[in-house]
Amino acid sequence: MRAPLSWLKAFTPLAAEARHPDSLQELSESLDSLGLVVAGIEHVGEGLDEVVLSQVLEISPIDGADRIRRVLVDTGDGRTTDVVCGAWNFEVGDVVPFIRAGGELPGGIRIEKRKMRGVTSNGMLCSPAELGLAGDRAGLMIVARPGAGQPPGLDLGLAMSEHLGIGHDAVFDLEVEANRPDCLSMSGIARDLAAHYGLPFEVPEQDVRFSPGSSPAGDLGSVRVETPELCLRLTARVMRGVAVVPSPAYVQRRLTLMGMRPINCVVDASNYVMLELGQPTHPYDIEQLGGRGLVARAAHRGESIVTLDGETRFLGTRPVRGSDELTSLDCLICNANDVPVGIGGVIGGQASEISDRTTSVLLEAALFLPVAVARTSRSVNLRTEASLRFERGVDPEGVERASLRVCQLVAEAAAAAGLPAPELAPGLLDDAPATFARARVIVRPERVNALLGTDIGAEQMAGLLGPIGYLVAPPAEGVATSSGDAGAFEAVVPSWRPDVSREVDVIEDIARMFGYRKIPPTERRSPYVGRLDEVQLLRRRLRRVLAGLGAHEAWTSSIVSPADQARAGLSEDLVRLSNPMVAEESVLRAGLMAGLMAALRHNSGHRRPWLRLFEVGDVFSLVPLLAGNGREELLLPDERERLALVLALEDDDASSAVHAWRVVQDALGIVGVAIEQGDPEESSRGALAGLHLARSARICMPSPEAGGADGGAGNGSPAGDGSPGGGASAESILVGTVGEVDLDVVAAFGLPHRRIGWLELNVNRLASAPRRPVVVAPVSRYPSSDVDLAFVVDESVPSYRVEETLRQAATALCESIELFDVYRGTGVPDGRRSLAFRLRFCALDHTLNDAEVASLRRRCIDAVEGALPATLRG
Amino acid sequence: MATEPSPTTSAPSPPFDSTELAEIESEAASRIDAAADIEALEEAERLAVGKRSRFALLYQQLRSFDPAVRKGGGQQLQELRRRLDEALERRRAALSAEERASRLLEDRLDLTEVMSSPLQGHLHVVTQVREELEDVFVGMGYEVAEGPEIESDWYNFEALNIPPDHPARSSVDTFFVDSGQAETLLLRTHTSPVQIHLLERGRLPIYAVVPGRVYRRDTPDATHLPVFHQLEGLVVDRGVSFGDLAGTIETFVPAIFGASVRSRLRPGYFPFTEPSAEFEISCAICDGSGCRTCSGTGWIELGGCGMVHPAVFEQTGVDPEEWSGFAFGFGIDRLAIMRHGIADLRLLVENDVRFLEQF
Repeated sequence: MRAPLSWLKAFTPLAAEARHPDSLQELSESLDSLGLVVAGIEHVGEGLDEVVLSQVLEISPIDGADRIRRVLVDTGDGRTTDVVCGAWNFEVGDVVPFIRAGGELPGGIRIEKRKMRGVTSNGMLCSPAELGLAGDRAGLMIVARPGAGQPPGLDLGLAMSEHLGIGHDAVFDLEVEANRPDCLSMSGIARDLAAHYGLPFEVPEQDVRFSPGSSPAGDLGSVRVETPELCLRLTARVMRGVAVVPSPAYVQRRLTLMGMRPINCVVDASNYVMLELGQPTHPYDIEQLGGRGLVARAAHRGESIVTLDGETRFLGTRPVRGSDELTSLDCLICNANDVPVGIGGVIGGQASEISDRTTSVLLEAALFLPVAVARTSRSVNLRTEASLRFERGVDPEGVERASLRVCQLVAEAAAAAGLPAPELAPGLLDDAPATFARARVIVRPERVNALLGTDIGAEQMAGLLGPIGYLVAPPAEGVATSSGDAGAFEAVVPSWRPDVSREVDVIEDIARMFGYRKIPPTERRSPYVGRLDEVQLLRRRLRRVLAGLGAHEAWTSSIVSPADQARAGLSEDLVRLSNPMVAEESVLRAGLMAGLMAALRHNSGHRRPWLRLFEVGDVFSLVPLLAGNGREELLLPDERERLALVLALEDDDASSAVHAWRVVQDALGIVGVAIEQGDPEESSRGALAGLHLARSARICMPSPEAGGADGGAGNGSPAGDGSPGGGASAESILVGTVGEVDLDVVAAFGLPHRRIGWLELNVNRLASAPRRPVVVAPVSRYPSSDVDLAFVVDESVPSYRVEETLRQAATALCESIELFDVYRGTGVPDGRRSLAFRLRFCALDHTLNDAEVASLRRRCIDAVEGALPATLRG
Repeated sequence: MATEPSPTTSAPSPPFDSTELAEIESEAASRIDAAADIEALEEAERLAVGKRSRFALLYQQLRSFDPAVRKGGGQQLQELRRRLDEALERRRAALSAEERASRLLEDRLDLTEVMSSPLQGHLHVVTQVREELEDVFVGMGYEVAEGPEIESDWYNFEALNIPPDHPARSSVDTFFVDSGQAETLLLRTHTSPVQIHLLERGRLPIYAVVPGRVYRRDTPDATHLPVFHQLEGLVVDRGVSFGDLAGTIETFVPAIFGASVRSRLRPGYFPFTEPSAEFEISCAICDGSGCRTCSGTGWIELGGCGMVHPAVFEQTGVDPEEWSGFAFGFGIDRLAIMRHGIADLRLLVENDVRFLEQF
């Protein structure tokens, strides 16, 4: 919202001056403190002091030039001056703006003395645009046209700024919050400022004469509200004998400053009053209206109208929530013959537009239901100055005044042009199905101070509220106030404040006028000890462990393309958006693979192919749809937190991922959670989606009880991943997956053929994984003995099973078991490989002797050979 | 007290010619100093004090001296021997040091020749800022609460005093989730629905912050992403005032932005707080004197805040006459780009390693 300082000053005597930056800064701070944020200040009208009124004395051609002429002007200082001018719209005798060489125009353009075709030009005659005023650029601004040889009737040499009564001006660009429709008008902004400074405030009234009307308005037209759900009040006034002339200079000037183009005195008056008072109105040419009256009704399905901007707009074709039918909620304004002439509260129709030939005007001033205007404006995709104000709510008590004010301005324009005053038909055409009553709110000063942390007296509160329009009185008899509310008062809310309906709203106004920054800050201490919860701590540890492994953290979008999800093996149960921004990105991610693969591709494209990336974030799935939260019978998609790591390393693959998992496991002290690599044939493809089935495995933990609880917090499902048990054995719970991305998937993401290691963890379940006990195990002081054992083991037996068997057989005397060599080749039969383990034995209370070590060794060999298809390698 | 000169026994003058002794010493010393290695030094030692040395000859002469002068001669030779031994020891130490130095030099490693790339990974800048914020509030006794990203219309709007057709809805473009029921499920547009979850939990008082991912249907550009992060704060207790809100902001702003950064409030509008405010912080770039970052105002708008609207309490069954509270919120990503001079928000989601490894 733009707000010229000069216009604000028309309502209240503000001290700020456009010429004094400090005073503007101060005013700007005040606007800020009132909640009217100043986004910028624009300076206008500077330089108009050097432009003066001059009268054209002679116009003569220049030899050899057909576009420019020599003009002799009287500049009022007893001198006449030659100017070379390229404009053609003026005559001898005209009073025009002149700037002498050496002067500067508002835009900062310096005027130089120039010689053209042998004629010296000592300055310039100016167009309105060159002066920063509304109007064209081609022709001069004709200030007055007394005729050749006639006295100018004006003081030649007078500065244009003085003549126009504008001078320097500053235009504030204000951000008006949605709850303050009253500040979408100059009067509203000025009212707040006047209250802030303790200055008087008054909306200027003009004493304007209308020609006596012969017929009452009721004889000339009618208004009727057919759909009171959409239109709360419809009024109209009728003017006859209207002269459609340009508006007075100050009206044009103010409209221009507001960013509006002056058109004619009728349209300008309507716009001016909207900006001044906040009430949009709409003038119709009564002769072009078709039927002499207005009806406000709901649009029929598919009804159309050509609006002022020349567009054909269709109404009533929008689906409505909770209904399969296309129902209209748009308010149409029709003429008395039911032909649409405007979209209520949004824009008028082209057919009944005010033109130069208009002589009779029907002026509509109405109140529309804010939400209806908002809906219609959205559905026809048109936001206008009017719709903005109706959406937010206009002053229901200001309708009549605003429409009268429009008529006064039309009359004023006629007077300024020396034309007879128009005729205003007596009476207001009015259909008001809804009546408006001001809200009355009981305010308890004690409550005000408790909520604000202030010590403001009741009288001071009343003093803060009065100037912004509240009527403050002791509560009426019989109004219930609870005990202990002595001093409570009743505040009658001003009609222009639809946002105020309860005590707390009035408290905000008290705080605002008191000054937010004057409220003393106080300390509020939490009675709790702050700490992160288990999952939050786990997440932090995981991030640091992975960063320690050289992985960078990525952040990819949760809104992804279904095609990318399918590439990562996830095409079922995707959660879809009903209104995606682009069709390609229409689902929520079901896994993190697609995003990370895209990140790898991006970096690969920038010659960084080898890297480790991880991400922590939520993934979504439709299955199972869970019952809502108790409050609502709603089905919510499954949403859970995942961590995924991709390893794109030279000469590395799944084993790096396993290494990463081991580090995570160790860092978090997780025990009993193991890698379970099934037969690729029987592996659940759901759990290993997108992974190389022969080089990937599930990470599982034993269930506390069979079919056990989900590790996830809150909205967890019993099964977890939409793949009951994830294919893992019935009594184990899937914690994650580890291994390698399927090479076809790698190719599908456009990455060069390469192995990519993968680790994915279910963060919530990992949080509930069993941990090493915090009670420390004693460390032996005695020397230890190592035993190396190599077994030739069938390929079908995973190494970890040999290790587990060894661990059980080795008893508590075993300090560590480490796989240190894997061998396939000469000496080892096909289908088998040699696995070499180093076992370290140690007792807490003595040094193990050779016999003890030998016996332990034997036990281990027997255990492995007995339980597994494995033999000790000789 | 004057000291008596000690009476000197009249002893015979020393038997060896001091010039000769000096000559022996200087000859030996120059050989010792010239020795380039241990073997040469041993040779020099042999020549200086060995059995066939001039020194040894003098020593043999000593025996033939009269006992009266023998003592003096012995002292002369012992003194010479001591000096020669010192010279030998000095040279030996020097040679040993040289030898060790050359041994080390052979083992030299150019530490700047190392070819492996840095191994430490980097947390995303948004994570780092988020964790820092969490830590500040944990230090103030707040819990860190979280909530789902898919919410119902009720939690995201209605319970927050934003009924259907409220103008505040049209200012935020919402992604709706296709659930078979029109516009009932959505991607949360702010972290504020977690206020409702916290109030419904029924454990009062509440001192909590809520970091999290939120969604708005904005076309991505330098200052907008459809997916971004916010931090919300909620305090509900008995007797909480607007002054407490101002005081709390004054507490955490310097903790996050630095001791010299100030904060201030001005009226704002949010449907779920009343009174509502925007809070600004003094520009850290120009220290409040006005620069490009703060558009010359000296202040940067950080976020919104206000007193919890009684309608929100009523929706969740909390008595607004007994309890009051405040809420505040701001963008984590915006904070990150402000702090690090990141020109374009889209860099945050591009995951270019050259960007990620800078934090």
